[in-house]
Formats: sequence, structure tokens, C-alpha cells
Amino acid sequence: MIRAQAAIELQAVGQTFVTDTGPLTALQGVSLSIAQHQFVAVLGPSGCGKSTLLRLTAGLVAPTVGQVSVYGVPVTAPREDVGIVFQQATLLPWATVQDNVTFPAKHKRGRVDAKDRARATEVIDAVGLAGFEGRLPSELSGGMQQRVGIARALFLNPEILLMDEPFSALDALTREEMGIELLRLWQSSPKTVMFITHSIPEAVLLADRVLVMSARPGRIIADLPVPLPRPRTERALRDPEVQDFAAQLRDLLIRKEAA
Amino acid sequence: MTLDTDVAATDATTAQRTKGATPKLRLGQWVVATPAALPLLTFAAILVVWEASARLFMIPSYILPAPTRILQGFGAVDAGRWAQHVWATLRVALTGYGVAIAISLPIAIGLAKSRILSRALYPLLVVIQSVPVVAVAPIIIVVLGTDDAPRIVITFMISFFPLVVSMTTGLMATPPELIELSRSLRAPPHREITQIRLPYAVPYIFSGLKISITLAVIGAVVAEFVASDLGIGYFIQFSTSMFKLPQAWAGLVILVALSLTLFQLVSVAQRVFFPWSLPKERT
Repeated sequence: MIRAQAAIELQAVGQTFVTDTGPLTALQGVSLSIAQHQFVAVLGPSGCGKSTLLRLTAGLVAPTVGQVSVYGVPVTAPREDVGIVFQQATLLPWATVQDNVTFPAKHKRGRVDAKDRARATEVIDAVGLAGFEGRLPSELSGGMQQRVGIARALFLNPEILLMDEPFSALDALTREEMGIELLRLWQSSPKTVMFITHSIPEAVLLADRVLVMSARPGRIIADLPVPLPRPRTERALRDPEVQDFAAQLRDLLIRKEAA
Repeated sequence: MTLDTDVAATDATTAQRTKGATPKLRLGQWVVATPAALPLLTFAAILVVWEASARLFMIPSYILPAPTRILQGFGAVDAGRWAQHVWATLRVALTGYGVAIAISLPIAIGLAKSRILSRALYPLLVVIQSVPVVAVAPIIIVVLGTDDAPRIVITFMISFFPLVVSMTTGLMATPPELIELSRSLRAPPHREITQIRLPYAVPYIFSGLKISITLAVIGAVVAEFVASDLGIGYFIQFSTSMFKLPQAWAGLVILVALSLTLFQLVSVAQRVFFPWSLPKERT
């Protein structure tokens, strides 16, 4: 029954913020539907309201107009089954990798039990950080810190994973490597993923579908399936058909940015 | 950006460890390698010049006593009496400091959490801070009597503002993403304070604690100047009124030592209990 229903659905959503210089329309007339376990990249220029889209879906902000639903239920507050990965890892600098990953349990329930610790070991292992449980964030590289951020989001085993440009603070090589890792994680434990990015190769490599957004006020100007079979490697990006697709995305982005 | 500095800091600590391992240093190298060496040598040089000029120009000791005369000043009262004076000042300073911490923390949480409270309260706090404590001290003594209470209030008044400001700044310095994480987990709101905001504020809180501990000593001394019969501040005032400058200087030296010790204790507490909160070293 759940399968028939969209995991994430936005209907004519608009978001206007009140600022010192007057109202600011971040999103306008955004409608979209993401099927369960689909990996969708939201591609757009900076400041086009991509992050707002993610926060609306997470239930962290309420839309000015329109409706956001998850599994058919209108979102009025944050949900238990949604995990968020932020642009910066934003780990707790005083807590070890283990404690950062179990932080959702500690924060929610006030304590961490043996089951939580076992789950932490599982997700830490899944993101390839086994052996680093006792390290502090400051002892890790940027890529490793973001792995901890992903492990923390996976800890509560969310149905939906919202990722806000999670790899944009990383260098190009690490970024690609993390993308491949993320695909491996997603394939071994399928989730509905909304992945915000401004990188065309990243969107193409990772997503089933790319939603292209216009500059502010953000609207969805294209909704394109990625013509690339899975499993994917970075090598597939050199395929001429994929290159054409990337060029098409670039045209959409540049045209809208110039306008 | 933070990622880069973290990596650099780790490199810096490793580099320092290797540097410290070099054996057999000569004096020149010792001065360069030991951070305390240069200020200590400078201080020693000042003492020598001071002593020499006091003797050479026969400066009267009520104007500027030579360091050796100040040393003799320590003998003016016995160790037991010194301890009583030190304890009186220390007790007031620490109690006032404790009260300042206990009061500024809830105020800071209120200021950080509520814009309305912040708007209502902050101007008043600035007004309190702008009142010259030295001028208001006699009034407080008249109102509250002559025991420890008015002295503690004076100490509190002088030391609490930096605490409120640093705590509030610290509580607001938390990355917004972590607050969003807290909200997305639907955690009880008090845990946002205890598990995220407060620990994040620790470096800020400690810079406030360090400023305030020395202010607390000043507060205690000011209170003793106005009305008291014990304490280092009282001792200095009493000694100067009798023109016994060397012993007044001795009191001053003890006061400086007291201030420095308390400051160091706060720094050590930070290093021991919150090592992650220390500023990153740089090369």
C-alpha cells in the first residue's frame, strides 16, 4: 500500500521569508513527487531555495502556501523516520565518533543503551570508519567527518534521507569517492533520498532523477531521469550519452542563472 | 574552513612534540625554547634596575621602596595574620564570583533563548555595568551593613557582566544545523541547552570566567577599602595611612600572586576538564 504512494510529495508549495529589506520569496509553486526508495537530486544555482526545500520536507519550517506530505501525511513537525545530513558535518567537537553517532539516542531519550552502541558500531562500520570510534572530530579529515555525519543520520535507520550539499565542503577527489560510497550504502539499505547539490556531475552520478531549479524565486524548471544504468562508477560519467545529458543540465542552469 | 584549521592544528602539535624532544639546550636556545624564560628574565632585569636606582638615588621608601625593602615588609605581620588577611579577601572574592556565575548562567540562557527577554533585560544589564562600582560601594555598605554580604554584592556587581556577555555569546555560537538536528529529533527542549548549547559555549564561558576571576579580586579589595577590618585590601589601606609603604607593597605583591593563582586555576580547570575547548595551536 505504501509502495503505491509517493514517499515525499509537495503540492504548489511557496515559501516567503520576512526580512529586513522586505518579503523574500524563496520558493514559488513547487510541486514534486518522489517515489519510495528513489534517489532524487535537486540541482540549482546558489540561493535558489534548495535548502529551504529540504527544510520544508524535514518539517523544520512550514510552507507559506501549499502542502508538504510524507507518505500521504501532511508534514507539520519533524518526523522520526527522516534523517538529515548537513553541508558541514557539524559534529560535536567534544564527543568521540561513537558518541557523535549515538547522539540522536542520547538527545532524544537522555541515555544510550547497549542496543544503541551495537547500532552505532554497525553504521560506523557501514561508512568505513571502523577503528575510529574513539577519535575526536578534530582528529579526522573533512571527508571522514562527513562520514560521521552520515553515520549519525543513518543511526535511527530513517526511511527518508535528506542531504543538503553534503559533499560540497570536500575536495574534488574525496567528493567523488564519497558519492560512490553513498551509492553503495543506498543500494545495501534502500532509502528515499533527496540530495541537494549544485554539482552537475554529482547529480548525474548519484541520482535516478534530477530536478533542476531556477534562481530565486526557486521553481522547478525541469524533471529529468538520468540515462545511466546502475551500478554506477565515476567512469560511466565519460559515456557520450551521459555527457550530453550533463550538457543539457548545464544549459538549463546557465540559461536560468543568466536570466 | 574549520576542517582545514583542524588539520593544521594536528600538524602543529606533532611538530611541537618533536621539537621538545631535542636534548641539551644552551642558554640562548633555552631562552628561545622556554616560553616563560623571556618574561622571567625581563622581570629579573627590572628588579635589578629598580633595586639599584632605589639605592643609588636614595629614593625614600615611602615613595618607592626597593625590592629588598618590600621583602622586609612581609615581616611586618606574622604568617598567621597574613593568612587571615588572605582568607578574608579570598572568601569574599570567591563567594562573589560564585554568586556571579550562578546568576549569570540563567540570565544568559534567557537572553540567548528569548529575543523579548534579551531586548527587555540587556539595556538594564548595560546600565548596571556602567555604574562605577567604586562609587556605589559606600552606598551598598550603608544599606547592607558591614559583614560579608555587601562585599559579596560589590564583588558580584563587578564580575558578573563579562560572564553574562561571554555566556550569551557562547550560547548563541552554536551552529544552527545542530539546533535543527535537535528539533528534527523532537528532543525535549532542555536538552538543546544542556547537550548542545552549553557545551558549545564552554570556550566562551571560560574566557568570561578568566576575566571575571581577576575582577572578583578587584571587587573584594574595593569593598575592603570602603569598610572592613580584615583582608589584603584593608591591610594595604591601613599600611599606607601609616606611611608603611614597604608592607603595603608586600600586600600588593600578595594580591597579585592571589589574582594570578586564581586565574591559573581557572585555566588549568579548562585544560583538565575541557581540553577540546582550547584554542587550536598554530605554527
